[in-house]
Amino acid sequence: MEMLITRKAEFSASHRCYNPQLSEAENHALYGESAESHGHGHNYVIEVTLAGHPDPVTGMIFDLKRLKEIIRREVVDPMDHRYLNHEVKPFDTVIPTPENIAREVWNRLEPQLRFQNAKLHAVRLYETDDLYVDYSGADS
Amino acid sequence: MTRLTRRYTFSASHRLHSAAMSEEENADLYGKCNNPFGHGHNYVLEVTVRGPVDAVSGRVVSIGALDGYVQREVIRRLDHKDMNHDVPDFADLVPTSENLSVVVEKLLRAGWGDSFGAASLDAVRVQETKRNLFELRDL
Repeated sequence: MEMLITRKAEFSASHRCYNPQLSEAENHALYGESAESHGHGHNYVIEVTLAGHPDPVTGMIFDLKRLKEIIRREVVDPMDHRYLNHEVKPFDTVIPTPENIAREVWNRLEPQLRFQNAKLHAVRLYETDDLYVDYSGADS
Repeated sequence: MTRLTRRYTFSASHRLHSAAMSEEENADLYGKCNNPFGHGHNYVLEVTVRGPVDAVSGRVVSIGALDGYVQREVIRRLDHKDMNHDVPDFADLVPTSENLSVVVEKLLRAGWGDSFGAASLDAVRVQETKRNLFELRDL
């Protein structure tokens, strides 16, 4: 049986959910206040879960310090205190809904987390305490 | 696979008492939860929806539509109610949080149909207190 370990990180960013292919009214019906023109922000929380088997020598699935560093480099540093739509690709063309942000976090981390005894299992992104998204890759 | 979870709260009272057992057996099994006049909790309900992310909206489900649906089908029936007396589903069912989870799933399932396109109900989680969590998953 595989074991799961989870590391948590936070970043604060602003976003606007607005699809230029839709009318103003359609955008407001779809996204509500998230469509407001100048955007707004959240304290996003991400939970990064690895699946694997503890190494018999170290007793660890993966060094959590290294995981923290990879999350910082790939996700937190590029996104923290940024306006996602304007400053972080691909959100210039991809609407930064929590669904799309969760997938982007996965896409950034997954290539960095392919090891013999550990791999990325899931990304959870909290937009608020009352709304979160889990993403576990395109095929699962 | 993308799953989206939304968290709701409601407050309700209940008494755990099974007509199939004696007074003594009920008191033994349910302890304080068997006290005759009932008691209440601030319940937390998490509803998880799974499905593809729509290419136009970037969403699995419309949050507004989900909120309205959960409010109408579940929260309105339970919030500030005495489950044993005010909620017909518990007329012959002990309102433990296990049974509450099953009832909530049934209420959500009943009108789901294709209201949310390709998005389906994935999990229901009921938190009775911060120490008690009940989960139905892979629905």
